[in-house]
Parts: sequence; structure tokens; C-alpha cells
Amino acid sequence: MLTNGSTTYGSIAISLHWLMAILIFSMFALGLWMVDLNYYHPWYHDAAELHKSMGILLFLLLLFRFTWRFRNPIPKPLGKAWENSLASLVHRSHYLLLFAIAITGYFIPTANGVGIDLFNLITIPATLSFSKTEVDLIGELHQAIAWSIVILALLHAGAAMKHHFIDKDATLIRMLGCQCSQKSKQQGD
Amino acid sequence: MKIKTILAAGLLSFGLSLPAQAVENYNFDIKGQHAFIQFKIKHLGYSWLIGNFNTFDGSFTYDAENPAFNSVNTTIDLASIDSNHSERDKHLRSGDFFDVANYPTATFKSTKFQSSGDGKGIMTGELTLHGVTQTITLDVQEIGGGKDPWGGFRRGFEGSTTLHLSDYKMVKGNMLGAPAENVEIFLSIEGIRQ
Repeated sequence: MLTNGSTTYGSIAISLHWLMAILIFSMFALGLWMVDLNYYHPWYHDAAELHKSMGILLFLLLLFRFTWRFRNPIPKPLGKAWENSLASLVHRSHYLLLFAIAITGYFIPTANGVGIDLFNLITIPATLSFSKTEVDLIGELHQAIAWSIVILALLHAGAAMKHHFIDKDATLIRMLGCQCSQKSKQQGD
Repeated sequence: MKIKTILAAGLLSFGLSLPAQAVENYNFDIKGQHAFIQFKIKHLGYSWLIGNFNTFDGSFTYDAENPAFNSVNTTIDLASIDSNHSERDKHLRSGDFFDVANYPTATFKSTKFQSSGDGKGIMTGELTLHGVTQTITLDVQEIGGGKDPWGGFRRGFEGSTTLHLSDYKMVKGNMLGAPAENVEIFLSIEGIRQ
């Protein structure tokens, strides 16, 4: 099934989830790595260009995923009430932070009117311009948001593990695309 | 009251005992911006990268009779660095280079002036940048001076010096490599007599 059911995630949602998870962690690593590269490193410029292009792609994926989320049922969460509201808070924060990181990331290189070259194919134009102090602040925000996203993702992964190994429910395996129902517990991976 | 009067009289007579030609005080023409602080540094050793500090202020004194009394003071807002590339400027403002959050300004205070005649001379002073104070010398040359068309009196100089990037202990100062060790500074300063 491409679409979500009342208790299952569809293949689109699952693919988006894992693809974005991989991209987000790669972007985090790339971001940390690129700002510490030596000027004479062969990747000094390309790393930043890749980060910008990937950022645009991730933003497009995010828009699609966000739309998809509202056009699909959200599978019923399997935890206790407090767990479900906490999970929902983490999910919503993740969406919010992902939008925020994309927007701040876009404004850093474009603050002075220079667009972003998307894989050297097309140029995403600059829009708003910002003062130096504002750009520096946006840069700090971008970094803080990146850390928040990764820390939340680790919490989220920890919770998935807890559901899988302690509660022994289908929370993790249904996100791994297992077609089986909730009864077939603990046969993912 | 009395003490003040004596002090005032003392200061006055001291002032009068100075050479007849009074020291002229000038403020940088910041309002009209006839003052520039420019740097150039080699990129990879293949070309010059040129930039400006757009925001600074300062003053100088000029004494035609006693050039040794000539002095200059300036404060530069380092966040105003402008190399015509916003991402590079952002990087230069960051903790990797100028660290403007912790060291927002650089100052230069002259300590000595040696005239070599012909409107030229060497200005020695203390440059404080990135928390490091270095004694540097500026080659100074007077460009001209006189009445301006709007009722004021102006005098202008150019100055140049070479700074060494490694002196200022910037976190990533050495990342730019040996070609970028020397930074050429060029100043063009017009002052309005006060």
C-alpha cells in the first residue's frame, strides 16, 4: 500500500521517513565537517555547495511529506496516553525544526542577494536580505536547530527501541515496512 | 573656587608657553566619509583579495612647527569588514578569525611620530586587534590640506603598513597558508579641523 492505513504506514510515508532520516544525519555530519575544513582541502567549496543543494532537496521532500501527512490517516499510536502525547510533541517539534532549519539555511548564503545553485543546474533566487548581525544570528540559530533535530531524533529512536524491546509492540516494525499486523510482534529487522 | 582658579591660570600659562603655532585637532571626516581603511591579502598567492572596514572613527592632531607632536587615534568596528562577499565576511567575523562577538573593535593609538620632511613620516603606535597589542609603524604621507569650499578646513593623509596575520592569534589564521601571512593595509584619512 502506498497510503497509510489506520494502523499501518504506507510505503510512501515509510520511504520518506527513512530517506529523510539518512539525509538529515548526513547533512548534520556534512555541516559539522565542512565548517572545519582547511581552506586548502579539495572539498572546501564543494562541501558547502553540496550542503546547500541537499538542503533545498530536503526542503522539497519536507514539503511533500508534510502534505502527505495531512492527506493520509495517521496510524494509531501504540503507547500509553502520556507516551502518545510525548511522541506527538516530538513529531510536531521535528516538523517545526525541519522547516526552521531549511529556512535559516536558505537565508545564510542568500542574505546578500546571491542565489543558491542547485547542483549547478538552476539557481534558487535570493529573496529577503539581512544585516550582518542578523546573518550571524541566523547562522547560530541554524547550528542550534541542527543539534536540536539530532538530539530529538535520538530521543525518537530511543523511544522506538523502547517500544520494540521493552513494550514489544509494532511501533518500530511497522515503520520498517513489515506488512504483518500488530500481532506478529518482534519479527522485524 | 580658589584652587580651580589657580589650576586654570596654571593650565592657561602652560598653554601659552607652548610654541605660537597651536596644535590643530582634526576629526576623521566620517559624516562625508572621506576616510578609508583598506586591506589586501593574497589569495593562494595568485591574486590580491581587497576589502574595507566600513565603520571606524578617529581623530588626529597636526602641528606644523613640531611634527613630533603629531598623533592619531582610531577605533575600528571589525564587524564592518567588507570583502564584497557576504559568506566570506560572515566567516571573517566568526570565531575562526576576528571573533567580533568577543573582540568587536580594533584600536590604534600613536605613540611617536618621526617626520622625514616633505610631508612624510613614520607613525609608530599600538594596534590592538583580537586581544593582541602590537607596536606597528605606519608610513604616512600628507596629501594636502587647506580650506574646503564650505567654510571648513581639512587635511588629508595616506598611510600604509604591513601586518602579519600570525601575530594576531586568530583561530584559523594559519589556515590561509603562507601566502596570506602578510596583510597590506592602506589608509586614506581626511580630517576636518575642529
